[in-house]
Amino acid sequence: MNIIVCIKQVPNTTDVKIDPVTNTLIREGVESVINPFDAYAIEEAVRLKERCGGKVTVLTMGPPQAENALREALALGCDEAVLVSDRKFAGSDTWATSYTLAAAIRKIGDFDVILCGKQASDGDTAQVGPGISAHLDIPQVTYVKKIEEISGTVAKVERMTEEGYDVVETPLPCLFTVVKEINTPRLPSLKGMMRAKSAKPLKWTAEDIEADPAALGLDGSPTRVIKIFTPEQRKGGEMLKGDTADISKELVELLKDLVI
Amino acid sequence: MDYLLTEQQAMIRDLARKIADEKIKPVAAHYDETEEFAWPIMKILADSDLFGVYLPEQYGGLGGGILDMCLVTEELSRACGGIALGYAGTGLGTLPILLYGSEEQKQRFLPAIAGGKKLAAFCITEAEAGSDAGSIKTTARKEGGKYILNGTKQWITNAGEAEIYTVIASTDKSKGVRGASAFIIEKGTKGLTFGKKEKKMGIRASATREVILTDCEVPAENLISREGMGYIIAMKTFDSSRPGVAAQAVGIAQGALDHAVEYSRTRIQFGQPISSFQAIQHMLADMGTQVEAARALVYATARMVDSGARSVAKESAMAKLFASDVAMKVTTDAVQIFGGYGYMREYPVEKYMRDAKITQIYEGTSQIQRNIIAANMIKESIKK
Ligand SMILES: Cc1cc2nc3c(=O)[nH]c(=O)nc-3n(C[C@H](O)[C@H](O)[C@H](O)COP(=O)(O)OP(=O)(O)OC[C@H]3O[C@@H](n4cnc5c(N)ncnc54)[C@H](O)[C@@H]3O)c2cc1C
Ligand SMILES: Cc1cc2nc3c(=O)[nH]c(=O)nc-3n(C[C@H](O)[C@H](O)[C@H](O)COP(=O)(O)OP(=O)(O)OC[C@H]3O[C@@H](n4cnc5c(N)ncnc54)[C@H](O)[C@@H]3O)c2cc1C
Repeated sequence: MNIIVCIKQVPNTTDVKIDPVTNTLIREGVESVINPFDAYAIEEAVRLKERCGGKVTVLTMGPPQAENALREALALGCDEAVLVSDRKFAGSDTWATSYTLAAAIRKIGDFDVILCGKQASDGDTAQVGPGISAHLDIPQVTYVKKIEEISGTVAKVERMTEEGYDVVETPLPCLFTVVKEINTPRLPSLKGMMRAKSAKPLKWTAEDIEADPAALGLDGSPTRVIKIFTPEQRKGGEMLKGDTADISKELVELLKDLVI
Repeated sequence: MDYLLTEQQAMIRDLARKIADEKIKPVAAHYDETEEFAWPIMKILADSDLFGVYLPEQYGGLGGGILDMCLVTEELSRACGGIALGYAGTGLGTLPILLYGSEEQKQRFLPAIAGGKKLAAFCITEAEAGSDAGSIKTTARKEGGKYILNGTKQWITNAGEAEIYTVIASTDKSKGVRGASAFIIEKGTKGLTFGKKEKKMGIRASATREVILTDCEVPAENLISREGMGYIIAMKTFDSSRPGVAAQAVGIAQGALDHAVEYSRTRIQFGQPISSFQAIQHMLADMGTQVEAARALVYATARMVDSGARSVAKESAMAKLFASDVAMKVTTDAVQIFGGYGYMREYPVEKYMRDAKITQIYEGTSQIQRNIIAANMIKESIKK
């Protein structure tokens, strides 16, 4: 079974700041880590390999330093790593990102399963996984919390919903995005870390993945960011004090004022 | 303090620390209370390759030495000295094979230990042979292609849990310590059974049981080195393993100290944090200095062992003696800084004090360490 896992390097903070002038994320001075949800995707990929045999290729699109994220993934048990990196990718929105990743996956070639995190902790759109599957024209199951059964051609998975979960059967190849309920990621092993240190991830440019230049980066991104802002915090409510009769009267007056 | 560790050693230390913080700390009180053996943690240590840090690469290890093992033991002990002993006790049981085993024995036993698939234990102590390890009564009688072992080993760490036991038994009573020999016995061997689990003051996550040998048949190829080498093997094993006990002591002391510093900043009395009182500050300063001095001695000794120095008996004994005394002092003071809360089992520090005590007792009591140190000093003086 050939498994591809897509990971994104994100700033190590849940409190992402937005540059008020450019409306983009401020990444300077923030340590980069693997997107937390992608850690579950990596773990599930390695478990699938342990279960069914085969190999795991970890893929990321990002700047050169995203190689660190790939090494971390190798230390956790992934076998091969691919970094797609090119100035031409700058300014990609989720459409261009998923187009680029899909092109890289085509170049990797043979695959049965693609795993993504549920969403990225910075961009937060949860669109890239589904985007990849659309570009590749393969089925997708999002919010997977368990891969119940998997064989060469079909998989049965549990998909988390707000009320419980759906059981979905899908032909392979298929793309899954995973939620954190799916597993407990392992810690890296020393031998894995050693292997990762000397490993040389493949580095592909826009040309290497034979992508349409017009579909890449800012030019290939239909999203136009008008404004990004942190919504104002809701102010706390007002507490009325006094005995019940007084409070009731006061409340009625207040509600009248508010014309509710 | 910067101990100029290699990149690999820093990696080992950081990973052990991560496991200690994320996986062991949250469960330390549970295992202390229940006295269960922490198999889930052993599995994590195995998967992370930590069991192999000091074993040669050709046997599936990472090619490091005693310092590497000490780094792991110290970090794990910072979170729980008892759980750390499952790891360190395996090292103790493995050293006789590593130091004196034949190529064939190493190939047979070390890979499973390096991969953490099997734990090991070392068995010398008996009811009437503690400090006086030379007076063991367990016998090994050769019969054809095998040895028949009889006797009871007491207070054996990892007993019952481990798969591989290195056992010291007498092949020739008339020769005293020169008649002792070392054997490798695998769990499941006919005639090998275990006594009940001991209830202990500290390191309660560690399993301590009797190892009972009743006409236990051990293949002759499981004899380590040759007959009569048992006592030397045991003593040389301790020379290499004592820095590990010392590292356990440093880790326990550091763990207690970390709690004490933090608590002193947050506990308010007389309208101020108790850390503002000079009496507390000086106590913390002494504790910090003692722990660092112990660590420096342990690492220096471990490096000396790894350099292949001919005799390390004195230095190993010094490291264990000093570090275990520091652990006892620092953990006692940590309880003092916590005041009444420190005496309560709901708070973490009394456990460190209970755990620290064993480091002054096993692998040779502090009195025995002093005997070894003085004997070597006197010997060195005569040679001059
Ligand atoms: C409104 C908006 C405006 C933006 N504007 C800009 C901009 O102007 N310039 C700019 O540079 N960025 C911009 N971005 C960020 C960019 O679109 C996203 O970071 C990127 O497309 C990934 O989307 P996401 O972070 O929402 O990932 P999600 O879709 O939430 O990620 C889901 C999963 O997809 C996979 N994945 C996501 N990204 C990658 C990757 N790079 N490599 C491999 N796998 C991946 C991972 O498995 C991840 O868990 C913008 C984002 C938004 C929401
Ligand atoms: C929790 C635990 C785990 C253990 N694990 C193992 C194990 O894995 N394998 C193993 O083989 N053993 C193990 N032991 C045994 C341990 O090594 C012995 O307990 C230790 O060596 C001391 O022996 P003893 O208890 O018989 O004390 P004794 O020898 O009876 O000593 C009693 C007191 O007399 C002092 N004393 C004795 N002789 C002298 C002397 N010559 N000079 C000055 N003072 C002296 C001692 O220092 C001590 O204070 C373990 C013990 C414990 C408690």
